Order: sequence, then structure tokens, then C-alpha cells
Amino acid sequence: MIKREWIYAWALLLPAFVFLITFTHLPAVQTLLNSFWTTPKGRRASVFTGLGNYEQMLTDPIFIKAMVNSAIYAAITIPASIVLALVMALLVHRSFRGVGLMRMSFFTPTVLPLIAVANIWLFFYAPGFGLIDQIRLFFGLPSANYAGQPDTALYSVAIVAIWKEAGFFMIFFLAALQTVPQTLREAAAIEGCSRWTFFRRVTLPLIMPTTLFVSVNAVINAFRLVDHVFVMTKGGPDNASMLLLYYIYETGFRFWDTAYAAALTVVLIAILGVVGIGQFFIADKRVHYK
Amino acid sequence: MIHDTPLDRILIRSAGTLLALLWIVPLAYAVWAAIHPPAFEARFDLTAPLTLANFTSAWDQAPFARYFLNTILLVAIILGTQLVLCTLAAFAFARLEFPGKSLLFALILMQMLVMPDILLVENYRTMRSLGLVDTILAIGLPYFASGFAIFLLRQTFMTIPKELDEAARIEGCSLLGVLWRVYVPLGKPAMLAFGLVSVSHHWNNFLWPLIITNSVETRPLTVGLSIFATTDSGTSWAVINAATLMTSAPLLLGFFLFQRQFVQSFMRAGIK
Repeated sequence: MIKREWIYAWALLLPAFVFLITFTHLPAVQTLLNSFWTTPKGRRASVFTGLGNYEQMLTDPIFIKAMVNSAIYAAITIPASIVLALVMALLVHRSFRGVGLMRMSFFTPTVLPLIAVANIWLFFYAPGFGLIDQIRLFFGLPSANYAGQPDTALYSVAIVAIWKEAGFFMIFFLAALQTVPQTLREAAAIEGCSRWTFFRRVTLPLIMPTTLFVSVNAVINAFRLVDHVFVMTKGGPDNASMLLLYYIYETGFRFWDTAYAAALTVVLIAILGVVGIGQFFIADKRVHYK
Repeated sequence: MIHDTPLDRILIRSAGTLLALLWIVPLAYAVWAAIHPPAFEARFDLTAPLTLANFTSAWDQAPFARYFLNTILLVAIILGTQLVLCTLAAFAFARLEFPGKSLLFALILMQMLVMPDILLVENYRTMRSLGLVDTILAIGLPYFASGFAIFLLRQTFMTIPKELDEAARIEGCSLLGVLWRVYVPLGKPAMLAFGLVSVSHHWNNFLWPLIITNSVETRPLTVGLSIFATTDSGTSWAVINAATLMTSAPLLLGFFLFQRQFVQSFMRAGIK
């Protein structure tokens, strides 16, 4: 027997699910299927190649470079932005004159478009008249083109991401710090517990769920935020700042190798999937919940 | 602790000030360059004349008025549709029992991890077969059903006491009537929070609009700005910085005016 309530529920869900399925789930499945086929070229139709596209990756130096770069980029941006966010939160988690301005200074980059942020930083890094180069010249150092040199391009892109994200993560730590009970502080004061011990033994465990939540976001963003690469380096020079999502864009929309781009997308989805599943399991076990 | 001694206070405030200054320097530097003549873009002279010429010249060199219009249309269409579709869906998840509920909800959660931003190639193919390439609608379509909005509104709706909608039913309200008269008014704070996040997200979005648009009539500000800033036509940094600030201005202004709401919205949106 179909109940009236069921019909209502399905009708309410239908419009949202039409869009959800059409633009998220179907394309995800289609991407997986396409990754087993070749890209049709001219009159040559697409043929089944099994794991061919994936085998191609193993010998594709740009893919390997992109994976290594993405790993370095994640390894820098994730811990740096989380630690800075926590430091910021600890610094402004109190009231004194000017604290509002401090919070604003930390949070403002979050509101700016990443593409605008990239322009601002490109100017900041610009050889000759960018602020960093001016400081170098002031100290008699030679001019340096941070975003344009293979050995620094990736790091200069990573710093921009840290700058943009730390203030965003800060607000979650601020909210978490509010929940540390005042009685614990008093108890710790009576016990003569040092500031550092209190932080390590009380604050840190209590804000662990927030740290986990922020970490998951940081990992996702490390693979998802590439807008600034378009303006600052275009993945170069010589693929020095090539990241996985940027490579997907190049493969799919500059070389129109859609099948290979599909296989690359599958890799990206797999990485995000592992993060999601990891979050699920770690959240259950390791984290102290109140 | 764990009370701050005067020395602690001085240390904490100076460290905070230092970090805050460091954080604002890139933006301040861009502002400096934008409001001074190009000759002063790298010379710090407090007597340098102020000017708005960089802004007017950026405005004249590229169709920014059109880009602004496109972006405003885009964020309005996306937010409007999201609120309608996601309110309906969230209500069903929060209040009704039906077969397939947990499976469908899992599909919603999945979208929060695998966002449409990543499925570029397939979504482009879909738009091409719909004949929608290079339209503002195509930029918005993949985001209409936001798993995140559904999740956020469902959480909010679940906190509303059931007695309220039973009372409304007794008064003769239909199911949609209950949604409209009880849930929508009580869900407004959550909708506002989601609205701010959605508007700033789509105002700032770049990659998908870059791919799906290729004309002035459809390009949003972010894509327009990136084209303007990368043309090697010898546009001065002062003008590029002016254009950059101009495109971010509405959001920045909104943020400075409604700082508390912004921070709370982003926070609320994050803590799921």
C-alpha cells in the first residue's frame, strides 16, 4: 500500500533530485565509465581500452609531477593553515581594544574571490616592484621572481592558499574555544598547572572534533582550490606548480582528451572518497566528544 | 593559568598585532597601488597624490558593467532556486517518513564530498547536449540542488517542535501550508546564513564559469577579471589592482558592514 505521506515526500524531493542526479551522480558514474574508453578522435570512434587510461598515467611524467606537487601542496597548506588558524584563535579569543580589527584582518581574505587574491599576490611577488622584491633589494639581494621560478612557484602558490584559508578555519577554533568550561580553567589554576600543560592536556583534547572537521575541509580544499594557479603560474613553469585539478582542466579543455581527463577525475574522486571514509572512521574512534 | 599576567597580555597583544599586520599587508599593498598614480605603485611616499583614475580606466578598458550584471543575475538565480528546491527537500527529510529515505539522504551527503566543481568534463558534455553552453543558466544549473543547503535546513527543521505543525494541521493547514507558515518563518536565520555563504561562494566561483562561458554577455566578474589581468597589453599594475578591488568591493563592503552575520553564517555553515 502506498501511503499518501510517501507520495508527498517523493513529490517534495523530486525537483531537487532531478538536478542532483543530473549534475552530480550521473556525471560521476559516467566519468567512471568513460575512463575505460578512449577519446574519440575525428572519425575514429571511442573504443574500450579497459585500464588503458590508468596505465597511461603511470608513464605520464606530468601526471606524476601533478600528484607529487599535489602531495607537497597538501603537506604544506593543511598543517600550516590549521596551526596558524589555531594560533590566531588563541590570540583573539579574549577581549581587548583592537581585537575586532585583528579578527577582521584574519578573516578578510576568506571573503575575497580566490582569483582576486591571486592578482593581489602576483603583484606582491612581482619581480622588481613587488613588496617582497623591494625588501630583497633593500637588503642588497638580487631580484627574484617567486611565482615564475620552477623552484619556488609551488610554494608561492601554497602560501596564497594558507593566507586565504587560515582566517576561515580560525572562526571554527574560536567557536570551539568558547566551549572549554571556565571551571576547568579554575581547577587548573588551583592545581598550579602551567599554561602550556593546560593547553596540551585540556584545551587541545576538547577542541579535537573541531580540529578533525577543519582538517577534513583543509584536505578537500587542498585538492579543490586551484583558481589562483590560473592567474599566478598556469601550472608552470615547466609544470613546477601543476596540481591534479588543474591538470584535469588542461587535459579536458585544452587538449580535449576527455577520456584521459575522466580517468584523472576518477583519481581525484577516489582521493576525496578516502578522505570522507577516513573522516567517518576517525570521528568514531580517536576523537574525544563531550 | 590561567589568568593573564600583565606581561602575558603585552606578549599576546603584540603577537596578535604583528600577525594581523602581516595578514593585511598584501591587501593593503594592492589598495596602495590602486589609489595612486602608476608612478607610485612601488614607491611609498605619503605625499603621493590620491587618484581614482585607475578605477575609471579599468572600468573603461573592459566591460565590467556587464560582468557585474552577469554575476548579480547568476548569484540571484542560484540562491533563489536553491532556497526553493532545498527547502522542499529538507522539509521532506525532516518531517516525513517514506521508503528510501536513508538511501536518498546518503545521496545528498555524497554531493558534499564530490561537488559538481570536479565533474567538469561530464557537466560540460551535458550542457552541450542541452544546448546551454555559454549561458548564465548553465553556470548555475549544477548548483541548484545544494546537498549542503538541504542538510543545513533539515537540521534546522528538525529542531522545530512537532506540536507546532500539528496545531497548524488542526487549524486546517495543508502540508505545504505548514511548510510555508511554520517552517519557513522559523527557518529564516538558517536560510540567511546559507544565503550569505551561497552568494559569496558563487560570486567568487571561477573554474566552472571559465569553462562554460565564452562571451562578454555571460562571463561573470571572476572570469572577466582573469581575462583582463592576463592580457599582456601592458596594462599597469595600478589598473589591475583597481579592477581586482572593484570586483571584490561588494562582498568586502557587505562583510565590513555585517561582519558578525558573515562570521556566524560561515561558522554555522561549517559546523554541520
